[in-house]
Amino acid sequence: MSNMNCVQNTAGRMVPVIANGKALEPFRGVGKYRPSGRKYGPPIATCADYPADGNKLQPDLKSALIKAGLKDGMTISTHHHFRNGDLIANQVFEIAAQLGLKDLVWAPSASFPCHNPIIDHLKSGVIHHIEGSMNGDLGRFCSQGHMRGTGVLRSHGGRYQAIQDGDLHIDIAVIAAPAADSFGNANGLYGPTACGLLGFALADAQYADKTIVVTDNLVPFPCIPWQIQGNYVDYTVKVDKVGIPEKIISGTTQVTKSPDRLLLAEMTAQFCEAAGLFHDHFSFQAGAGGTALSIGIYFGEILKRKGLACAFARGGSNKYLVEMLESNLTKYILDGQTFDLDGVRSMRENTNHVDTSPFTSYNYHGKGNFASMLDVVILGATEVDLNFNGNVVTHSDGYLLHGIGGWQNCLAAKCVIFPLPLFRGRIPVILDEVTTLCGPGEMIDVIVTERGIAINPKRQDLMDAVKGSSLPIKPIEELKAMAEQICGKPEKPKLDEEIVAIVKWVDGTVIDAVRKVVP
Amino acid sequence: MKYPVTAGNKGTKVRGDCLITFDPEADKDLAIRVESRVDILFGKAIAATARKVFDFFSIEKGDVHIEDAGALDFVLAARIEACIKKAFPVEHNFLPDILPANQYGSARKQLRQSRLYLPGNTPKMMINAGIHHPHAVILDLEDAVAVDKKDEARLLVRNALRQVDFYGAERMVRINQIPRGLTDLDQVVPHNVHVILIPKCESGAEIEQVNDRIEAIKSGEKSEQEVFLMPIIESAKGVLNAEKIAAAGKNIVALAIGLEDYTADLGVRRSTEAIESLYARSHLVNVCKAYDLQAIDSVFSDVGDTEGLKQTVQRSKTLGFEGMGCIHPRQIRIIHDGYSPDEEEILKSKTIAKAFEKALGEGKGVVSVGTKMIDAPVVEKAQRTIMAAIQLGKLSEDWRGSHE
Repeated sequence: MSNMNCVQNTAGRMVPVIANGKALEPFRGVGKYRPSGRKYGPPIATCADYPADGNKLQPDLKSALIKAGLKDGMTISTHHHFRNGDLIANQVFEIAAQLGLKDLVWAPSASFPCHNPIIDHLKSGVIHHIEGSMNGDLGRFCSQGHMRGTGVLRSHGGRYQAIQDGDLHIDIAVIAAPAADSFGNANGLYGPTACGLLGFALADAQYADKTIVVTDNLVPFPCIPWQIQGNYVDYTVKVDKVGIPEKIISGTTQVTKSPDRLLLAEMTAQFCEAAGLFHDHFSFQAGAGGTALSIGIYFGEILKRKGLACAFARGGSNKYLVEMLESNLTKYILDGQTFDLDGVRSMRENTNHVDTSPFTSYNYHGKGNFASMLDVVILGATEVDLNFNGNVVTHSDGYLLHGIGGWQNCLAAKCVIFPLPLFRGRIPVILDEVTTLCGPGEMIDVIVTERGIAINPKRQDLMDAVKGSSLPIKPIEELKAMAEQICGKPEKPKLDEEIVAIVKWVDGTVIDAVRKVVP
Repeated sequence: MKYPVTAGNKGTKVRGDCLITFDPEADKDLAIRVESRVDILFGKAIAATARKVFDFFSIEKGDVHIEDAGALDFVLAARIEACIKKAFPVEHNFLPDILPANQYGSARKQLRQSRLYLPGNTPKMMINAGIHHPHAVILDLEDAVAVDKKDEARLLVRNALRQVDFYGAERMVRINQIPRGLTDLDQVVPHNVHVILIPKCESGAEIEQVNDRIEAIKSGEKSEQEVFLMPIIESAKGVLNAEKIAAAGKNIVALAIGLEDYTADLGVRRSTEAIESLYARSHLVNVCKAYDLQAIDSVFSDVGDTEGLKQTVQRSKTLGFEGMGCIHPRQIRIIHDGYSPDEEEILKSKTIAKAFEKALGEGKGVVSVGTKMIDAPVVEKAQRTIMAAIQLGKLSEDWRGSHE
């Protein structure tokens, strides 16, 4: 797709008005786009079509897909609860290839390196394009302009919004579950592939035309708790293995040993303390990366020292968050996904460790969500720019390498902090302008680097709060100059006019487009 | 000489470095081929830097292959210069500008609680060393550098001294053992090095050789700046000669002990409790105190064992050491905390210093706190503690005002 059908959105980015044959809304500013109409409604089902004894088992995945009416051009969704250990998505498209199908759309909640075989199905025409995330080799393939359709990148909340609003119609959802009964009730708590919860599949269960639950751990009815309710499910399938446990969950969670990252974590915690962000109903969300993990630990230490506790902490949960819960440093964990076995165990045993979904946590077209209630959220980014805009999907060389995840949704928090190394390898992290705009600068408050901390001038309150502290507060321009003094000023990548993917904002509008990289 | 020649490093784990392959015999106009992880962003800049260095040495023919993993300009330049010097006998040096920020000085009595070792041929570890705020960094040309890499490391260390901002840390270089280390001095002395560490030092003669060479270099460069020395005692002979070593140069600021080699020399196993080196360490401390030098302890090599490090620092402080080397930035904080005066010491020192000032004001010759008479050395120690506490940010400069 070329630049022909582009308009400039409010953020100043040239974005297409049509992709994959669908009309698009350009980004209009944070909170400016007003949805109208009614939510998407899946077809009405009748119990007359389902076995009265509740047994919806099919002999295998292929039979279930055929029964669900798999045909050319359909949109098939899968989920990333098994992360890099997923065995089901590849099987679905292998079956589609065997059946000689063409032009399918894959709508995963996220992709991982284990999904590299999808590249072959994109090449052969079985898959037309991906709506979800394109990481690693898939991202590279897409960036080189090899995908026939236009990729659509959405946040976790944006995916829920798109499915709910009917922007993303799912023909068949395939939900891989660690535990399920033949009726389709399913959870992520038990079995060899236990992953905690199945929240990313909620939208699909609610809105897909057909839903298939696949498990390797079939339990007698009722499968309790039913994180996914069987009443949404058309067919169930028992297979030998849905995932590779050691790639789903790491047995131990490692705090980073990198001294540079530990320093970033420590500076971030010091900033929060100096800015007076801690209080007795504190709430925060930090990711699962080594730096974020260490920040959680520092937060725990500060809360303990001050005699405070969190009202709630948002997961990705891990051993350290569970320790906070168990030592009363947080009253609840509101968990989106579990990153280790301690997280799974805690969710199983502790009623204050609660499973959430993109509907409760992130959906922008709902009646509120949890993300905006958070005091502090810690996020990463591939780049930021002088206007505090953030990029999380492409690298500075233009290649698409990451998904958005919950990143855009979390920007709604009261204080958004990015701990980032000032440069990676030789590549500065602060640019004049981000390569791809994923998050508007007005929502990004603080950039913590090892060589200084930049506060968004829009947050005079934070500037005032840390005045007089020993923190190295610097204008973002100065940090950028420091990096360029060390690394040199990088050239801009050569990008083609051709658009290979679009980046959706949390409200479904198009905030930016990703262009083909000229090698 | 066998062609082509190479300098630098490559490999899946190598970052911030490059491998240069140079064939001067290729009969064509200089051709520079760049293969880089950051090709899209810095490919042209890398080729331009390379060409600048070849132009400087007036080399117009040959084949150059750069395999780059994000090397900064000063690294690229050092690697290319190393290649050229392997291929041709050239005397002059391609010097990148020295950063204005790198022209700060040092002082004899500088706090030297932590000194962070940085392998002299590993650029990645140099770039961010300063952000962890050790009291000093040591660019190490000795044990951390393989024998066949000594020449290229020397150029890299030289360029790092000019181009890497260590954010105020004292700038040290550990040269190779004398006599080999004398060659190292040529590439480090003119570039604002503050302290030279002399490893496996066993005699005063070595100090004299080092100082003769430093003087020769300085007179050539017309430099006035003093270069301090820190001999490292790492053998039984070194321990016995410690006093002669201490007396051999006015620019010696500290003696350090290296226990890995010392215990090997003794033929004993190095233990965490370090009973086997108690004599050597105590001897070293006494020599240092007698000659007004700082006594610096050996590194603690188990990076993961923070508890062990804490205890070692505690014992080391008890013996009279004032600092130790670190091999990982995570050790810095623990070392600073351990060697610094604690709250009780500071409080006691403040009381003594105030009593002394009061006695001085009242014209009394005798200082007393409560019913206790205080001797002059105790007063001096209290004053030193207060100075250190102020330097470490543990006490404000106007501590008298805040004292009740």
